[in-house]
Amino acid sequence: MEASKVIHAIYNDDDVLMSAVKKVKAAKYHIEEVYTPFPVHGLDKAMGLAPTRIAIAAFLYGLVGLTVAITMMNFIMIEDWPQNIGGKPSFSFIENMPAFVPIMFELTVFFAAHLMVITFYLRSRMWPFKNAENPDPRTTDDHFLMEIPVDGNEEALQSLLSETGAVEINLIDKAH
Amino acid sequence: MYTFSNKLKTFSIILMVLGVLGVGYGFMTSHKSLDEVKTMLAEEASHHGGGHGEEATHEVAGAHDTHGAHAETSHGEDAHHGDAHAEHVQHQIANRPWSALYVGAFFFMMIGLGVLAFYAIQIASQAGWSPVLFRVMEAITAYVLPGAIIVLLIAIASGTIGHYNLFIWMNPEIVAEDALIQGKSGWLNLPMFAVRGIVFIAGWSLYRHFARKFSIAQDSAEDKSNFKKSFRIAAAFLVFFIYSESMMSWDWVMSVDPHWFSTLFGWYVFASMFVSGITAIALITIYLKSRGYLEFVNENHLHDVAKFMFAISIFWTYLWFSQFMLIWYSNIPEEVTYFITRINDYNLPFFGMVALNFIFPVLLLMNADFKRVPWFVVMTGLVILFGHYIDVFNMIMPATVGDRWFIGVPEIGAILLFGGLFIFVVFTALTKAPLLAKNYPLTKESEEFHY
Repeated sequence: MEASKVIHAIYNDDDVLMSAVKKVKAAKYHIEEVYTPFPVHGLDKAMGLAPTRIAIAAFLYGLVGLTVAITMMNFIMIEDWPQNIGGKPSFSFIENMPAFVPIMFELTVFFAAHLMVITFYLRSRMWPFKNAENPDPRTTDDHFLMEIPVDGNEEALQSLLSETGAVEINLIDKAH
Repeated sequence: MYTFSNKLKTFSIILMVLGVLGVGYGFMTSHKSLDEVKTMLAEEASHHGGGHGEEATHEVAGAHDTHGAHAETSHGEDAHHGDAHAEHVQHQIANRPWSALYVGAFFFMMIGLGVLAFYAIQIASQAGWSPVLFRVMEAITAYVLPGAIIVLLIAIASGTIGHYNLFIWMNPEIVAEDALIQGKSGWLNLPMFAVRGIVFIAGWSLYRHFARKFSIAQDSAEDKSNFKKSFRIAAAFLVFFIYSESMMSWDWVMSVDPHWFSTLFGWYVFASMFVSGITAIALITIYLKSRGYLEFVNENHLHDVAKFMFAISIFWTYLWFSQFMLIWYSNIPEEVTYFITRINDYNLPFFGMVALNFIFPVLLLMNADFKRVPWFVVMTGLVILFGHYIDVFNMIMPATVGDRWFIGVPEIGAILLFGGLFIFVVFTALTKAPLLAKNYPLTKESEEFHY
């Protein structure tokens, strides 16, 4: 259930933000989102986000690339038209393999890299004409913003956030 | 301070004793007279040919009366050819204990030298993660001086007290008939070989001596002057090292095949020694930590060392393949014989080491979580060390014993002998200084390092 009201707590220092995130987590509030102008080291751990699986995806994409390279060259150079090109042994794949290794390597890297980047774009919903989801333009410059849903506990939440060193606390009604 | 446990000391001495016995056995059994070799070859031929159909038909043909005279003449030729062949085999058999000893000595010297280069790089690059491992690295480099002297002595002894068992260019009779070696004799001659070897060893040992001295002096120093000095000599040593290591690899390894040459050989040998050295750092660190001596080393340091093992294994493979593929592709006869003998006579070790040194570490050390698990790194490390022993084996043996190779008593004896000596020297050096380099400017950062 998406809350119709959220609180935006704004900070202007990443260390303050980190301790605020830990306090809010300790008080058992759900943090909807944190907007920062740059990567804050350890923020994902403090928020309790699950580790990324993109490296596993990249490994699998690399295997796909290796398979494509091997299948392609085995078909073209060995099965379809095994010509004698400069005395290279085209009798079997293994005999001519050293000549294929540069292509096998490059296609492995190519598939792993590009498919991983595309996966990243898809999973993080980024594309050229996408509308920016930025709640406050200052978060791209020097401010940090924590978004917490309000479920009728507005007073307690506001006092907690002001204790954590927020420079600005705004109640936002998302339902309009 | 580390105390060398009596158990480990006894273990290393047992290894050395067993090793000496194995090496001695190798030398005792390698002196074969020409007649013995001939009988051996005849036995081998009957064993090999026994099942062949061809042989059977020959025997049937031999039953004909007319065959008598014919058989005699061909036998005469056979015997003549057999002499040369048997002499060749006799020489190969005599070479085996020398080569086994040399491969073992070089392998452990290579670990020490690889660690010395790694250590100098850590200091010159002012790495913030590694200072907690400096004392382990310094202890391993204690083996460079004895190890390199042993390698050089074996090389020279093979040409003076031995019968040119490793380097045929040391044999004046062969050089007299060989225009190619004559052309190289300006570089490949025994006095120059010895002088170059002494210069290399002196350079490496001097750096090791002063690096260790400044490192220990920094422990109780008030200022950073020792740190600055060790930084400067590390930078200078790395320049000296890359030249001397390259020439060392021509002298001590490539010249066993004096007709062959390769331009990236120095780098190839370097990659092999670098990854073996880093693996040795990981293994000894894990051992010491399991004994409770390195409480300031955490799994993040292990992760970084394992990353180096992973990356340099790939670097080694890159150089191995670059050397192999360039020669395979152009297939120039004077270069390609090197690989033809290896593929024909050393098929399993030659391609097996690619599996051990590349596929195995790549698949096992790719996962970031696995790099933090000590037993996983130990397992991979043992495979890498074994793979690089096979690498040195593949560089030396085909030139000296040819297809008469086997990993038997002389080879294992040499591994035990130098492995025992290595453990003894390294762990004795570990007892000489505290295990944490105090007052080194980056020690604090290293202690709190986390990845």
